[in-house]
Amino acid sequence: MRLRNSCPGIALGFLVGLATTAAAASDRELRVCADPNNLPFSNKAEAGFENRLATMVAEHFGQQVTYTWWAQRRGFIRNTLKAGRCDVVMGVPSGYDLVETTKPYYRSSYVFVTRQDRHLDLSSLLDPRLHHLVIGVHLIGDDGNNPPPAQALGDQGIVDNVRGYSIYGDYRQADPPARLIEAVESGSLDVAAAWGPLGGYFAQHSPVPLTVTPIRDYERFAPQQFRFAIAMGVRKGDDALRDRLNEFIDEHWSEITSLLRSYGVPLVDQPVTVSGGHE
Amino acid sequence: MLVRGLTPLLNRIPAILCACCAMLSSASAQSDLASRMKDPGQWPMAARDYANTRYSELDQINASNASRLQLAWTFSVGADRGQEAAPLVVDGTMYVVGPYAGPYPNRVFALDATTGELKWSYAPKPEPAAAGVACCDVVNRGLAFDNGKVFLNTLDNHTVAIDAKTGKELWHTKLGEINKGETITMAPIVVKGKILVGNSGGELGVRGWVTALDENTGAIAWRAYSTGPDKDVLIGDDFKPFYDNLKGQDLGVKTWPADRWQVGGGTVWGWISYDPDLNLVYYGTANPSPWNANQRSGDNLWSTTIFARDPDTGRAKWAYQINPHDLFDHDEINENVLVDLELNGRPRKVLIHPGRNGYMYVMDRATGEVISADAYDFVNSYKGVDLKTGKIIPNEEKTPLVGKTVENICPSAPGAKDWQPTAWSPRTKLLYVPHQHLCMSFKASQVGYIAGTPYVGADVDMYAGPGGYRGEFMAWDPIARRKVWEIHEKLPVWSGALVTAGDVAFYGTMDRLFKVVDAKDGHVLWQFRAGSGFIGQPISYRGSDGQQYVAILSGVGGWPGVVANAEVDPRVRNGALGFTGATQDLPFYTAGGSELLVFKLGGANGEDTSHAPSK
Repeated sequence: MRLRNSCPGIALGFLVGLATTAAAASDRELRVCADPNNLPFSNKAEAGFENRLATMVAEHFGQQVTYTWWAQRRGFIRNTLKAGRCDVVMGVPSGYDLVETTKPYYRSSYVFVTRQDRHLDLSSLLDPRLHHLVIGVHLIGDDGNNPPPAQALGDQGIVDNVRGYSIYGDYRQADPPARLIEAVESGSLDVAAAWGPLGGYFAQHSPVPLTVTPIRDYERFAPQQFRFAIAMGVRKGDDALRDRLNEFIDEHWSEITSLLRSYGVPLVDQPVTVSGGHE
Repeated sequence: MLVRGLTPLLNRIPAILCACCAMLSSASAQSDLASRMKDPGQWPMAARDYANTRYSELDQINASNASRLQLAWTFSVGADRGQEAAPLVVDGTMYVVGPYAGPYPNRVFALDATTGELKWSYAPKPEPAAAGVACCDVVNRGLAFDNGKVFLNTLDNHTVAIDAKTGKELWHTKLGEINKGETITMAPIVVKGKILVGNSGGELGVRGWVTALDENTGAIAWRAYSTGPDKDVLIGDDFKPFYDNLKGQDLGVKTWPADRWQVGGGTVWGWISYDPDLNLVYYGTANPSPWNANQRSGDNLWSTTIFARDPDTGRAKWAYQINPHDLFDHDEINENVLVDLELNGRPRKVLIHPGRNGYMYVMDRATGEVISADAYDFVNSYKGVDLKTGKIIPNEEKTPLVGKTVENICPSAPGAKDWQPTAWSPRTKLLYVPHQHLCMSFKASQVGYIAGTPYVGADVDMYAGPGGYRGEFMAWDPIARRKVWEIHEKLPVWSGALVTAGDVAFYGTMDRLFKVVDAKDGHVLWQFRAGSGFIGQPISYRGSDGQQYVAILSGVGGWPGVVANAEVDPRVRNGALGFTGATQDLPFYTAGGSELLVFKLGGANGEDTSHAPSK
């Protein structure tokens, strides 16, 4: 993952925002910023659904996909998109502050993941069994701000039976966020509260059958959100590319949805509040 | 393989790599560092002396001639990221280290301290993943020196010994794992032949530690964790904290919900000081992490704690927790300045700790008793420190809670002062304090984190504190417990401070000014507009020409400077963990830089202002 000199086109990157459609169309590359080790979203083998989506977009534009790989954590946007090394991030929260976002192309939910053979049938955040079951959540750490389920559990005093799994994990291993779901498979956790695409995908690939259920009864934890709309992100001001991506999304809605379904992404329909907007 | 008397804790230290332990030439373990500290011509450690005073006895530059300061020479470290390092000067050679950026991350340079001539450079071979996985900016706060060796901490967790004469690597030891979010940014310190090193990366769920390595071999002598059972924290029968709430077994486990201590933060990325008479080293630990506050009920020991330890064994002698159950990211890694003061008619050996939380702590450094703790900036997130119990008094109204918008929390997350070190003058008996003056709001709306996508966090918005300025350089009288004078700055003052026997004090601003002020009244005597803003540490030394020199690295960066040197979108007020809001106009004043600037007096007294060729 040597990335230092992978950006011949810094100046070009900053100009894309001003380019006309014609100029952009002459560009033969769709330059994508992506994490090389983050399934189901993306990886270096291009096996993630964001990789597949990027290929779909590039084909539509008559371009080739090229990648700038960078671990998706603090500094990701700064070192990739904003550094001009690449022009689009395939998955960001709709309204995400640091970038210009397209219209959302899917909506998912935090989910409970359990072993089917346990027949726990969990879906409510208010389920009294959550006081006793061993629950796993992802740990984020930045700002002491953890995923919504960790916060909601803590608000109910559910603490001692909650286990944390670093979202960043050990980056030498494949797909660090998968450790949370593997712990459900192995039985060291009764239940994982995970972001839908992660829970759905790793459950699909689990050697033991798992149940994935969107979390409900989250309303009392508002404004904490549990459902999010996901969009693509471009540099602020790159309206031309954003508009073309919006067009792509409109025209390919059903293909995108089938792609996501094939990766086990739990999709939710109801409108969700846009997150992170600040303008 | 390592040392006699291995405790089980050493088994936990990951992969100790000692590639090149061949340097066994000198049998003498006697350190020459202490004698160098007595020579005002040298600057042998980042803080200059074990007491962390950053006071130079040189007096050639004074209030009446400081206006004649001139640039003597400059040097580029070749990497435009935050330059926080203090240069060292030993036997006429200056050693300086760059940040973890550019074609040669954490490169070390040896220069003739008088002429600026390059003698050698050393470039460590970094782990390829490091730049992509390291949090925050990629600063390095400086090198250490002892017995002919220069010691470097690399961001990817290696401590390296370099031959000070030749620039050749003598040994290196791997202390942590960057792939798990662990990094090292602090300047090491050498005490009695041991190099003391602490880790960074609390945000990513790293468990904090300080580790002692043998300066000749790089072998690990001891490691003291900041959380967990007493045997890991190196707490035994001789541990005597002053306050009752800190007495008891395994408090580093019991003050957390089950197992939370295992990734509990309390990293050690600031300063270490040392009192040879008491044979104690002092340092502060960072905030608890990575769990949100409602998932880590309890005091979360030993986060945000000052430790006093025996440097030979690492064993803790006392500890004092500054911010139990920290809610504000108030690390307490700030320096502990060791001074002897006459308080209420009797001499006291104290340490002064300018807290991140906005209180100036004066503590008995033999016992850990808080003698006084006074707000040195506007503070409303706490209601003071109870000197009977030693406990800080929280202000419930300012407690950030999800679902609750809390406006105007002061000080903000970086605190009233962050890592940027103060200077103490034994002549004026004042502490010179560079610091920020920022408040913040926690917005209740739009919270949530989506795992596997770029971060969406709580909206933390920082802005100038009361009075509308964002930084200050001030002088504090720890006996009278008050501010003596102050200079307001537009932007946070993120550089270190230097004070000299000429009764002048030095600091730099993020809007590119290097300033000299009268140490007695704060009158600005001279300033120099540099290529980039300052977040570095000024030092002073004597050249081979007998002249007094002052040196500092220019190059903005660090946490507040990320907006300027790394193109975080300044329109986004809550980028870079809320800091860009407070510094969003910084790109108007400065871009990144990498220049070492060296000054001396010139002109009117007929001193030579140019250098003849040095051979």
